[in-house]
Amino acid sequence: MADVTYRDSVAEGIAREMRRDPAVVCLGEDIGAAGGVFKTTVGLFEEFGPERVWDTPISEQAIVGAAMGAAMTGMRPVAEIMFSDFLACCWDYLANEIPKVRYMTGGQVTVPLVVRTANGGGLGFGAQHSQAVENWALTVPGLKIAAPSTPADVVGLMASAVRSDDPVVFFEHKGLLASKGAPAPDDHVVPFGEAAVVREGGDVTLVALASTVPLALTAAERLAADDGVAAEVLDLRTLIPLDVAAVLRSLERTSRLVVVEENPYQGGWGGTVVSVVADEGFELLDAPVRRVAGANVPLPFADALEDQVIPTVDKVVDAVRSLTTY
Amino acid sequence: MTDATAATGLLALHETMAVIRRTEKAAHDLFMSGLVKGTTHLAAGHEAVAVGARAALRDGDYAFATYRGHHHAIAWGATPEECLAELMQRSTGLNKAKGGSMHLTKAGSGMLGSYAIVGAHLPMAVGAAWSARLRGTDQVAVAFFGDGATNIGAFHEALNLAAVWRLPVLFVCENNFYMEYTPIGSVTAAEHPAAGRAPSYGLPAEVVDGNDVVTVRDAVARAAQRARAGDGPTVLEAHTYRHYGHSRTDPAKYRPDGELERWLERDPLTVSAQRLREAGTSDDDIKAAEDRAAGVVDEAVAAARAAPEADLSEAFTDVWADGGAAWRT
Repeated sequence: MADVTYRDSVAEGIAREMRRDPAVVCLGEDIGAAGGVFKTTVGLFEEFGPERVWDTPISEQAIVGAAMGAAMTGMRPVAEIMFSDFLACCWDYLANEIPKVRYMTGGQVTVPLVVRTANGGGLGFGAQHSQAVENWALTVPGLKIAAPSTPADVVGLMASAVRSDDPVVFFEHKGLLASKGAPAPDDHVVPFGEAAVVREGGDVTLVALASTVPLALTAAERLAADDGVAAEVLDLRTLIPLDVAAVLRSLERTSRLVVVEENPYQGGWGGTVVSVVADEGFELLDAPVRRVAGANVPLPFADALEDQVIPTVDKVVDAVRSLTTY
Repeated sequence: MTDATAATGLLALHETMAVIRRTEKAAHDLFMSGLVKGTTHLAAGHEAVAVGARAALRDGDYAFATYRGHHHAIAWGATPEECLAELMQRSTGLNKAKGGSMHLTKAGSGMLGSYAIVGAHLPMAVGAAWSARLRGTDQVAVAFFGDGATNIGAFHEALNLAAVWRLPVLFVCENNFYMEYTPIGSVTAAEHPAAGRAPSYGLPAEVVDGNDVVTVRDAVARAAQRARAGDGPTVLEAHTYRHYGHSRTDPAKYRPDGELERWLERDPLTVSAQRLREAGTSDDDIKAAEDRAAGVVDEAVAAARAAPEADLSEAFTDVWADGGAAWRT
């Protein structure tokens, strides 16, 4: 079968769930007839109509708050926040309301919803439309977090996200939207909390997520060709649940760890990964751990400047070389 | 409705208000004796809004309340014992001692939570109303909120979205004239902080006497009828007054001399007792209802005091729908 884009797979993943379950409804800005500003909801309005695909005003609090109220009362809303930077406009719902309500009511309610959002840099949108903010969600106990790297995983993780009785923040990476891959098989479901070994190798483990997965794979190919180093690449796929067991298993073979993350080094998710490794896998390591992360600056506009501050293949290769010669 | 059945119905509302008043007094006293920790935001004085609204609504309708929400929880069927046990950190608490005073919830009867981030629950009520429409039911959702919430963005986003989607939702403002310690009029550019904003969203609004349970009930009934008929949201602004300060630590010394006393003359229980007498209910019957309420709360205090402390294992339950808290492999 012909390859499909990551972008089309978002709409495909949502459509499969909407066909399966009439409780699934979508809401967000420009998601209806317009098909979304990133064209990730194309075809949904035509197939499911205005009673299941709802255009909203520019009201992020109302979008996510209404999704929460609907989720508490029998629906499975899929809310879109256009750019992940805009999560800050409705952060109360993701920090204080959605993740806490089940706990603080002693389990009286559940909130089965998905908040989808376009995340990350690489498209030259400047500081307020480019940041990778998956670490924001990671600071909040009570949210599940998915961030797929391939078209098939988009569909498979969307299936798990929509079917989950827990709230899920679903990060779709802007830099991957045009990328292509094998289409998802019928009834494809990727469980949360299962990292994928996307390249096997015995010398170093590269832990990646979303945009940094293809980056790590390219770096691994160069390291193999130029240095004879066999890098294993792990795609975490979800941050919560976090498959640290897969990381530790890989380190049993490689003994070297490089985490590749687009969010800023300060407070980035790699810090959580390496803290578990330091605690539970210290004796597996033959070298220090390295984190190739976003720099601790706002995202600059110019492509050349952006390359300075987000992970690149060169930075990953350099980090691995610093460990193999350690 | 005959006068006699109307009086019987009103006596039941009076009794529920008396239960709430006694519960708030008990919460206050238990705090002073060190048995209630953290904070409380007592609703004494606000009883008629919750009880009147509940009387106008049906089983299956949804209610969302604020951190000043004891009266809503009780009006929606939570027992004083469950509420006081929650405040006293007992395992028998309404929220298993994981919520506290600000988060009383009785989801089984449609009271879907008390929220302590001002205004946050208005969009949730909009969502519950949207859900009712999507599921094809004639349920309505009500958000109760204070005057202070009308100056936060979520209030405006909620009213606009509810209006453009014409949803069956009621926005009920309990205007007690103070946002925490500050007079609402001194920080609000509208004379009526809730009702005055409604016309800009094309929504009907009423300002009502929030200390008269019958007035509240009838206004909510009209709004609910409109919502169920598909005519969209209504904003109600119920004028009321809190008898205690904003929270436990607030002695409310900023209130002008005589203001509390003037409002106490219009105490919701005084107003409903007067209505009962006018409808022919005897003083003995009114007193009997109030005595029953006092007895229920006295027993609730004793039961909550005797209940076991919070179950330590509950710290790690209820994060996820599977009941657990696992975050990693």
